[in-house]
Amino acid sequence: MYDVQSIRNDFPILGSTVNNHPLVYFDNAATTQKPQAVIDAIVEAYSRTNSNIHRGIHTLSQISTTQYEQARKTVQTFINAPSDREIIFTKGVTESLNLVAQTFGEAFLHEGDEVIVSAMEHHSNLVPWQIVCARHKATLRFIPFNKAGVLDVEAYKNLFTEKTKFVSVVHISNTLGTVNPIQTLIDIAHSHNVPIMIDGAQSIQHCPIDVQKLDCDFFAFSGHKVYAPTGIGVLWGKEKWLEKLPPYQGGGDMIETVTLEKTTYNTLPFKFEAGTTNYVGAHALGVALRYIMNLGIENIQRHESELMAYATQKLQEIPQVTIIGNAPEKAGAISFEVAGAHPADLGMILDKQGIAIRTGTHCTEPIMQFYGVPGTARMSFGLYNTMEEIDYAARIIARVATMFE
Amino acid sequence: MSINEIQDEIIEEFSLFDDWMDKYQYLIDLSKNLPIIDEKYKQENYLIKGCQSQVWLFAEEKDGKVFFTADSDAIITKGIISLLIRVMSGQTPQDILDCDLHFIEAIGLKENLSPTRSNGLLSMIKQMKIYALAFKTQEK
Repeated sequence: MYDVQSIRNDFPILGSTVNNHPLVYFDNAATTQKPQAVIDAIVEAYSRTNSNIHRGIHTLSQISTTQYEQARKTVQTFINAPSDREIIFTKGVTESLNLVAQTFGEAFLHEGDEVIVSAMEHHSNLVPWQIVCARHKATLRFIPFNKAGVLDVEAYKNLFTEKTKFVSVVHISNTLGTVNPIQTLIDIAHSHNVPIMIDGAQSIQHCPIDVQKLDCDFFAFSGHKVYAPTGIGVLWGKEKWLEKLPPYQGGGDMIETVTLEKTTYNTLPFKFEAGTTNYVGAHALGVALRYIMNLGIENIQRHESELMAYATQKLQEIPQVTIIGNAPEKAGAISFEVAGAHPADLGMILDKQGIAIRTGTHCTEPIMQFYGVPGTARMSFGLYNTMEEIDYAARIIARVATMFE
Repeated sequence: MSINEIQDEIIEEFSLFDDWMDKYQYLIDLSKNLPIIDEKYKQENYLIKGCQSQVWLFAEEKDGKVFFTADSDAIITKGIISLLIRVMSGQTPQDILDCDLHFIEAIGLKENLSPTRSNGLLSMIKQMKIYALAFKTQEK
């Protein structure tokens, strides 16, 4: 049984009060809170085992290295990657996406080539491609979506030409909550022999990910959105692609031999891990992923889909509320507007009642332009949220809505 | 009334509310009193950009006193601006330059002035003072 009350006890911050109200944390799409096990892992690492990883002959360095490499294996298990050589630690999904955009661009993009992304990308999967396409004189093309927030798969099929070199698509929209049909998108890309990357920033924490079953070429996510600390993220890529890509940054640990004239590069995954990595963060990410495996990602998914359905229903009952994004399959986040109120108005008042939501453009300005709104209010859920919290927030939102009539 | 007398008046009005909801309701009501900027000035030159909401501000001088008009796309921001204008509109440039807006903290809105709030209010106050300085310089 999924005992949310006892799970909440694992997260110390959830017991706190904000502006004299118990904290209701509905900003999980921005970042998640950390269980005690993760906090302890960080404290323990810096208190007892801290030492730089790799090549250290002494005991602490070997403990640190073992923890780091064990975390890599945990990530491998979590996303069912075929090999831990394919797991690259980065500082977050933004770096993972930039790494692929930059290195793939350098190796494979030429004048006139085309890259496909969706029109609902987070800026982190849009701007890197704008930069790279401009640099290599390539063209960026967009999969459109409709008012419900659903990608147009037929239009996607028609975007492919012999010039298409890469596809990069968000799995779950951080703004609309839309779960995109990535299996279909992957299969279509492969039918044109085009590699595809999935931005899993908003899916890794909400649903099971099996990169072998998906058969995508790259999958990227951030640790801090999956109950791990900030400053650690993952890029998984198929070995055949990672071998073909040039190094991203030069420095220590990514080399095999160095002379003043020439350097040969280390093998995977180290080729992409220049300098001292966030090894404590990686270790803590491993702990976070094991915490999730312990609860069972399927159980979390079931609980969160109940939260999503209930919150959607409660918001729909408020006449002044309009939900933005009504895809048949949604996860994690609900964007909405309150008639007569600016999202910032709503966020300010809810904050005074202890409710943390996010307001603004959610780093997806093109989505705001599409709907013609200055921003939205967004509620996003995590494994520890409850129906009672939704009841409380809905009650406050209903009351606030009448203030703006 | 002097700037400080108006500030005291506002502090007294807000002392009636002990609930934040009531305070915000009052700010929403006050937003309706805002002297709205002329549509022709509602453009880039008069825009003070915040991260979440936008504010337009215009000022003119009549008989040695400064008069402000403004607008915002966020209602509560509008309410707070209407308080700022109530305090500073109709005052001399020198008084505006010299004033210390202690009422903001006294009525519990200080956090709205933190730079991280990015609602443009801090820049708005700065802009009001810049207008005052400009008018003062013209006088000489």
